[in-house]
Amino acid sequence: MSLNATLLIQMTVFAVVVLFSMKFIWPMIMEAIEERNKNISDGLAAAEQGQKKLSEAETEVNTLIKEAKLQATTILDQANTRASSIVESAKSEGTNERDKIISTAHDEAAQELSKLREGLRKEVAGLAVSGAEKILSREISASDHQEMLDDLAKKL
Amino acid sequence: MFKLLNTSVLLFLILFAPTNSFSAETEGYSCFGKPYETEYSANEYITHHLSHCVVDSPLGPIHIDSVFYSVFMAFVFLLTFYAFARKASAGIPGKGQSFIEMIIEFVDEQVKDTYHGSSKTIAPLALTIFIWVFLMNFMDLLPVDMLPKAGEMMNIKYMRVVPSADLNITFGLSVTVFLLILYYSIKIKGLGGFAKELAFQPFGKAMLPFNLLLKVIEEIAKPISLGLRLFGNLYAGELIFMIIAIFTAGQGITYLFDIGVIPYALMQFVLGLIWALFHLIIILLQAFIFMMLTIVYLSMAHEEH
Repeated sequence: MSLNATLLIQMTVFAVVVLFSMKFIWPMIMEAIEERNKNISDGLAAAEQGQKKLSEAETEVNTLIKEAKLQATTILDQANTRASSIVESAKSEGTNERDKIISTAHDEAAQELSKLREGLRKEVAGLAVSGAEKILSREISASDHQEMLDDLAKKL
Repeated sequence: MFKLLNTSVLLFLILFAPTNSFSAETEGYSCFGKPYETEYSANEYITHHLSHCVVDSPLGPIHIDSVFYSVFMAFVFLLTFYAFARKASAGIPGKGQSFIEMIIEFVDEQVKDTYHGSSKTIAPLALTIFIWVFLMNFMDLLPVDMLPKAGEMMNIKYMRVVPSADLNITFGLSVTVFLLILYYSIKIKGLGGFAKELAFQPFGKAMLPFNLLLKVIEEIAKPISLGLRLFGNLYAGELIFMIIAIFTAGQGITYLFDIGVIPYALMQFVLGLIWALFHLIIILLQAFIFMMLTIVYLSMAHEEH
């Protein structure tokens, strides 16, 4: 029951066991645990970063889509206004052309008319002179009465 | 304070009291040889079971049974943990590795909670104490007659299978811890600092002798209380298993064919089961307490006051 040399043996064994576990057991297992913990935390951080990047990309995509939509509507508007302006200008051009054609036609008609009128006038004057010749049955010098005849022709 | 003195008195009694009537010394160191073929009385049965197998050595008598089972358990601990430590990897751990890592992390947590120094010895020391003491305590849960009977068949007369129910073993642990306490106290505080702490605290320089007395008792009480606590718990546990075993007085196998002994055997089984289940908590708790107090004492040795 009393203490004896067993104590010394136990102390020696204890020291050896502690030394062994200090050299060959604890560091190895601890290292594995710490490395795994680091791996796990790294993985979690990477996952978080991936999530963040994904959401960032999503917002970017959304803004891009919004911008594109806006651009499309502006382009559409521009196209519409341009189309209407083209139509408008074509219309006005057409009107101008028509007016021009009409006015030239008018002018031509007026010229034709005045020409005809001139001819007629001359014919009428000739007729009148010949009529008067016949009526007066005498030769009236055309040159004497030219002035009067021209006056007459003008009045027509 | 009173408790500490009490434990020292108890130690004194154990160290210097005349050898007990049931100790092996009274029968000489006749550990090996043919066992008696007589039937045991209850008293003889317990006396027989409390006798160590003692052999002589140049250093003095040795409890060879305690040493054997202690070393055996040390091997169980070291080989198991070494096997897992060698193939420990940062990959996905298997079930065994998870279990080992769970123990290691548990111990590491306890150490980190209490001890804030940088020594690389404390944590493996705590692990060793926790597992080794638990394994030695665990021997108590084996049927109380199994290994001694097997020993008797191999002409070993006396065998106690629970190393931690041997004062030499528990003091072997606690004295080593005490030496570590001294080592770290001197290493951290210096010889002068440690002496100053012993002499000038807690009551200042005027009360130097009283301080010294108080401090020395306090320091010496640490290994004594550590060793005695473990020893007492396990010794009592072992004794209760023996008392329960008295129902069949260690001859259960030969009597089992006797109808009359069956109620006793059943009684022994039921009581033994109940005590074993209860004792399972105690052996784990004692291993944990030993580890915890070691950590606390060593962290105290690291702190300057």
